Amino acid sequence: MSVLTPARTSGQSARSRDNFSAWANRHRKWLFAAPAMIFVGLLIVFPLAWTLYLSLTDSQGSVRAASDFVGFENYLTVLTDTERFWPAVGRTVSFTLVALVCEVVLGMCIALLLWRPFRGEKWVRVAILLPLVATPVAVGMMWRLIFDPNIGFANQLLGLVGIPPQPWLSGQDSALPTTIFMDVWQWTPMVVLILLAGLTSLSEEPDEAARMDGANAFQRFFFVTLPLMMPTVIVAILLRGIDALKTFDILYATKGKGGGSFHEVETLNVYAYGLSFDYNQYGLSSAVLILFFMIIIGSMWLLTMRKKAVSK
Amino acid sequence: MTVLHENTESQTPASQRRGTARRRKPLRSNGYKVFRFAALVAVVLFLIAPLFWMLLASFKTNVDIYDAGKSFLFTPTAENYANVLQRNNYFVFIFNSFWVAFVSTALSLVLGVPAAYAMSRFTMHRSALVVLMARVIPGVSLLVPWYYVFSNLKMVGGFEVLILSHMFVALPLIVYIMMSYFDSLPIELEESAQVDGLTPIGAFRHITLPLSVAGMATAGILAFIFSWNNFMFALVLSGSKTKTLPVAIFDFVSYASIDWGGLMAAATVVTIPIMIIALFTQKYIVSGLTAGATKG
Repeated sequence: MSVLTPARTSGQSARSRDNFSAWANRHRKWLFAAPAMIFVGLLIVFPLAWTLYLSLTDSQGSVRAASDFVGFENYLTVLTDTERFWPAVGRTVSFTLVALVCEVVLGMCIALLLWRPFRGEKWVRVAILLPLVATPVAVGMMWRLIFDPNIGFANQLLGLVGIPPQPWLSGQDSALPTTIFMDVWQWTPMVVLILLAGLTSLSEEPDEAARMDGANAFQRFFFVTLPLMMPTVIVAILLRGIDALKTFDILYATKGKGGGSFHEVETLNVYAYGLSFDYNQYGLSSAVLILFFMIIIGSMWLLTMRKKAVSK
Repeated sequence: MTVLHENTESQTPASQRRGTARRRKPLRSNGYKVFRFAALVAVVLFLIAPLFWMLLASFKTNVDIYDAGKSFLFTPTAENYANVLQRNNYFVFIFNSFWVAFVSTALSLVLGVPAAYAMSRFTMHRSALVVLMARVIPGVSLLVPWYYVFSNLKMVGGFEVLILSHMFVALPLIVYIMMSYFDSLPIELEESAQVDGLTPIGAFRHITLPLSVAGMATAGILAFIFSWNNFMFALVLSGSKTKTLPVAIFDFVSYASIDWGGLMAAATVVTIPIMIIALFTQKYIVSGLTAGATKG
């Protein structure tokens, strides 16, 4: 700026402003990046370090209360806990895997349907956007009414085709699949949008060439389009997977504390939240969270490696 | 010129070949068209019907909700909305949600846009990873320390702490979207502005920022939606005066028996504003959600 407008103020302040401007321009890299990084760093590094510390103590009741250093006892307790911890790990993994598979397969089918332009495209796109932006807690409440065993529309619908009413969310075995269904309803559109962006950026030539060689639609999809789409598919899995592992809102909104009275939908996130804020077992919950964090980082790392291998 | 010429030459036979291929075998048969239409109708129904059901129930009395014969034919009532908005003070929660989302989005843009610019132009991948960490980390692991520190500072229950925690959601999103936006913005424009006498920061302010309005709109709208929808941080950090809509809805069911009509009206009240925003800014939302997804 100062270069453009000749300094009209007194020499000294103009020079110091010039100096500042020169300094700012020289250090703009960190001047720009540092505030955001410091903000995130302060809100992450310190709490993470504290969580790590808490996980090595027997802190409970109140974080302020005196606590003793117990080494890895919490980890030992958690890792040998077959009543709450390991079932929660199982539910987290099955929730994430089943939801991801359904969302990617369904998402790919819908993206292929939308790929080539057609009339009324606008309306379909609106329909795809709505579940995606709906507030998850409200979505949970909506499904609670629809899946209510007595008055819900889901059982009315089943009644029409002669299937007996199902317990859905209130059943011990059916609660988790029902919540997976809700997740699929809300987040398949996200996968569709990502895959559709990938499809539209593909060049037409490989598909064209395969068509001329006489490949049918299925062959062209599995041997031409899908391999080219793999990097995008992995990005979709990565983005969706992180959020699916951490799903909290719909589970807490539909089943409440502890994932229901039999912990039917208690995933690691719900378990850790309950330990922290419903039972104030800070030491234990911190150990669970550190292990959970390691699971997330590990699966992300695996996927990133896979993506690198595919992109080559 | 020669390059262009070569291109057009190689293009012509290709398009001719495509033409003959189409004649020999139609691109899309009628059967496929019918199948596609049916499949699309099914997809739209699957996505819209539950929301429609929620909207219907919000206009029913609780007696009608229990009556399977009145699934679609009933006398609509606005009683639920009057109940939710007046007696349960939802206007306060609507304001809280809006204020927290608006301020946290604005502040995150101020912090995040320059950061994304620096990270894109100086390819600071490791620094970007630090910010993106915030998207990966489970929120619960941050909440206990946050709650402790902020309650010592007497901030729990105030707007500041809610805004800070929602910035934590918005900022990584904005950095992520803006980085891929700046990556796609040609650097030559800034370089020529610098040749014309602007400083690097001046070029950023007068050239790059005005060109990035669309990107910032994308990032800002998405950040606003994510903040509006956020539940867990507000559940722990909000007080009775700063309660946001998702928490207010959650509290709705903790009473003895569920008032379904009221609950559906409350759920509609929280989703309608965000859906209206989404309808008008559809293009931006789609480009934001898919930002960086198609790059290697």
